[in-house]
Amino acid sequence: MIKLIGVTKSFGNNHILRGVDLTVDRGTSFVIIGGSGTGKSITIKSILGLVTPDAGKITVDGQDVTQTDRDAFLARFGMLFQGAALFDSLPVWQNVAFRLLRGSLKRPKDEARQIAIEKLRRVGLTSDVADRLPAELSGGMQKRVGLARAIAADPEIIFFDEPTTGLDPIMAGVINDLIREIVAEMGATAITITHDMTSVRAIADNVAMLHDGVIQWAGPVGDIDTSGDPFLDQFIHGREIGPIEAIR
Amino acid sequence: MKLLAAIGRSFLGLIAAIGRIAIFAGQTLGHIVRGPFYLRELAVSFLNIGWLSLPVVGLTSLFTGAALALQIYAGSARFNAEAVVPQIVAIGMVRELGPVLVGLMIAARVTSSIAAEIATMKVTEQIDALVTLSTHPMKYLTVPRVLAATIVVPLLVTVGDIIGIFGGYAVATGTLGFNPAAYIRNTLDFLELKDVVSSLAKGAIFGFIAALMGCYYGMNSGRGAQGVGNATKGSVEAAAVLILGANFVLTGVFFSL
Repeated sequence: MIKLIGVTKSFGNNHILRGVDLTVDRGTSFVIIGGSGTGKSITIKSILGLVTPDAGKITVDGQDVTQTDRDAFLARFGMLFQGAALFDSLPVWQNVAFRLLRGSLKRPKDEARQIAIEKLRRVGLTSDVADRLPAELSGGMQKRVGLARAIAADPEIIFFDEPTTGLDPIMAGVINDLIREIVAEMGATAITITHDMTSVRAIADNVAMLHDGVIQWAGPVGDIDTSGDPFLDQFIHGREIGPIEAIR
Repeated sequence: MKLLAAIGRSFLGLIAAIGRIAIFAGQTLGHIVRGPFYLRELAVSFLNIGWLSLPVVGLTSLFTGAALALQIYAGSARFNAEAVVPQIVAIGMVRELGPVLVGLMIAARVTSSIAAEIATMKVTEQIDALVTLSTHPMKYLTVPRVLAATIVVPLLVTVGDIIGIFGGYAVATGTLGFNPAAYIRNTLDFLELKDVVSSLAKGAIFGFIAALMGCYYGMNSGRGAQGVGNATKGSVEAAAVLILGANFVLTGVFFSL
C-alpha cells in the first residue's frame, strides 16, 4: 500500500502541492487526473524521491520512503516517463535491460538481452528493433520501449506518466490495453497520471482528481460519472464553464 | 543606493555559485573514490575526450609552435639573439602555450559537448530515469567524464607540446636556416624536469575543470532549448575563465614561489 499524508511542495512562491492525502491499495490500478500544472508528476516523483516534499509523509507498505535502503526501494519500482526518456546513446535492448546490466539485479549479458527481447515482444515489438537506437523509432514505438523498460525487472509498483500523450487514438488504445494487461498479469500496483479520460476508463480501478494542490475527489472509476463533484464533472466533460478556471 | 544593492547581489550570487561548484566538485571526488564504477562509460569518455580530440589539439599546437618560432626569431633578431629560438619555443610551449591551448580546446570541444548532452538528458527526464533505474547520475555521468578528462588531458598536453615544438622546428629548420640536429639538442638541453611536470599537472587540473564544468552546468540546466543553450554557453565560459585563472596560480606555484 502506498500512502501520502499531508504532502506539500512549493517552488518559490508557486505552491504546487498543498497537503495531498492519498492511499493506493496493493495490486490496484490507480489513476490521478487533473489539469496541466496541478502537480500530478510532482506527486509521483515525490514517492520515488526524485523530488523532496517540503512537508508530509510518504509510506510504502508502512515504511517511510525516506528511511529505506534506496537501492532496494527503487528496485521495487518501474516507471514509464511521458517522453519515454530512453537513453539516446544506447541501443533499444540495452535501454530495456538497463537495470539488468548493472547494480544489484545484474545478469549475464546474454540473459539480459534475452529478457529484453522477451519484454519487447510483450509490448508488441519484434526482436529486429533490439539493436536500433531510440532516435530511429517512432513516438509510439519509443513509448512501447519505455514500457518494456518499466517492466523489465518485474517491479511490484509501476508508474505511468502521461502514457498516451502525443499518440494517435489507435496507438493510445494499444498502450492502454498493454498497461491494463501487464498490471493484471504481473499483479503489480500501478499509478498512472493522465488527463486522457479514455485512458482513465481503460486503465483505472480507482481515480483521484488533483486540483489546487489537494485531492479534490477520489473513488472507484465507476463512480466518476455520478460523483456530483463540480470540479470532477467539469474536468471529465471538458467544460469551459465551472469552478475550474479555463485560463490558468 | 540601487547600484550598491545590485553590486551586492551580484557579489553574493558569485559567492553562492562558487560554493555550489565547490560542493559539486567535492561530491564528484567523493564518488570517484567509492564504487560502483561504470567502466564502459569510462572507456567511452576516454575515446571522446582523448582520442577524438587529437586532431584539433595537434593542429592547434602545430600552428602555434610554428608562429611562435617566427615571432621569437623576428623579436630576437633586434638584438642579435636569434639562436634562442629553440629554447624559447620549447619553454613557451611546454610551460604555457601547450597546456593552456589544449585546455581551451578541450573547453571548447569537450565541455560544451558534455554540458549539452547532460542538459538534454535532464530536459528529457533521462536523469530522472537513471535514478528510477537505481543508477546514481553522478556516478554514471559525472565520474567517468571527470576521471577520463583528468587522466587523458595531460597526455593530450604532452602530444600538444611535442607537436608544437615540432612546428617550431619545422619553421626554424625549413625557412630560418637553423641546423636540425642543433635545434633538437638545444631544445632537449634547455628543458628541465620541472617544466614537464608543470605541463602535466596543468593538463590534469585543466582536464578536471573542463569536464567538471560541463557536468555541473548540464546537471543544473534550465528547461527547454534555451536552458540547454544557456548551460552550454555558461559551461564553456566558466571552464575557460577557470582554466586561465588556474594557469596563473599554477605558474606562480611552479616558477615563482
